[in-house]
Amino acid sequence: MHLSPDELVFWHLGFLKLNATIVYTWALMLVLTVGSWLITRRISTGLERSRWQNLLEIIVCGMVEQIREVGLAEPQRYLPFLGTLFLFVGLASICTIIPGYDPPTASLSTTTALALSVMVSVPWFGIRKQGVGGYLKTYLQPTFMMLPFNIISECSRTLALAVRLFGNMMSGAMIIAILLTITPFIFPIIMTTLGLLTGMVQAYIFSILAAVYIAAATSGDKPAPAKSPAKST
Amino acid sequence: MDSSTLIAIASIVTAGLTTGFGCMGPALGEGRSVATAMTALAQQPDASATITRTLFVGLAMIESTAIYCFVVSMILIFANPFWNHVIAQTVAK
Repeated sequence: MHLSPDELVFWHLGFLKLNATIVYTWALMLVLTVGSWLITRRISTGLERSRWQNLLEIIVCGMVEQIREVGLAEPQRYLPFLGTLFLFVGLASICTIIPGYDPPTASLSTTTALALSVMVSVPWFGIRKQGVGGYLKTYLQPTFMMLPFNIISECSRTLALAVRLFGNMMSGAMIIAILLTITPFIFPIIMTTLGLLTGMVQAYIFSILAAVYIAAATSGDKPAPAKSPAKST
Repeated sequence: MDSSTLIAIASIVTAGLTTGFGCMGPALGEGRSVATAMTALAQQPDASATITRTLFVGLAMIESTAIYCFVVSMILIFANPFWNHVIAQTVAK
């Protein structure tokens, strides 16, 4: 029994190690890119379309709708980042129905990388939306006294994102492994279906939380009063 | 009892206690939030999309505290640093 797919090493040469996390991450990336390339290669705008194009349209339109509901006015701008997060985490947990597969998100290094990219993208979108000064002002939001707490919350929510996804995926795999030793036949199947549900919920949560953080960084309360004097002058 | 036995006893007992107590609070909290969401859904079925989304995000936030406790107990059982330290010392002797 291993805690994370990091410990399952397929091949190593010196300090280069090819563990299950890397292999499955690249396999998922290959499935996502080649799959969407194959589907969008012969895309049709008419009424007659392939079922795969329908699937992609449902997924993309659903994500756009969800991003808009969180409060981001232009979902197309944030769709590449948030959609990629959702698709990767979602596919990583859906594929657990394949025997012998370990979700790469059950490794703390993968989830830390995802959470760090969220941590970097929040100031990136914030600065693009309201400029460096406008974004830095959000750190002084109620008063300047809150500066350290805002910085702490920035770090702690990144940690929480990483550990939440890791814990959920790892606990699913771990509980199934423990149950296999106790009640080998029926019960692990039920827990696997429950794991599929929690996996999709976690993918949803991860991307929605990233969207909420980006919405908090881009909206800000300041731009509206800042614009009105600019108009009057 | 040597120190490795003591560490084993402390780790196993603490792992059980951590998951036990760590699941109690989130279970109560999740029960309360789901019950309130059900009441809200019964009163305003039109707002079901917003309520469900907020409920899921809130549940994930509450659940993550239980997950932290689970991660701590898994570390205590499967990847205990103190246990590894004692084993490394014993091997060195």
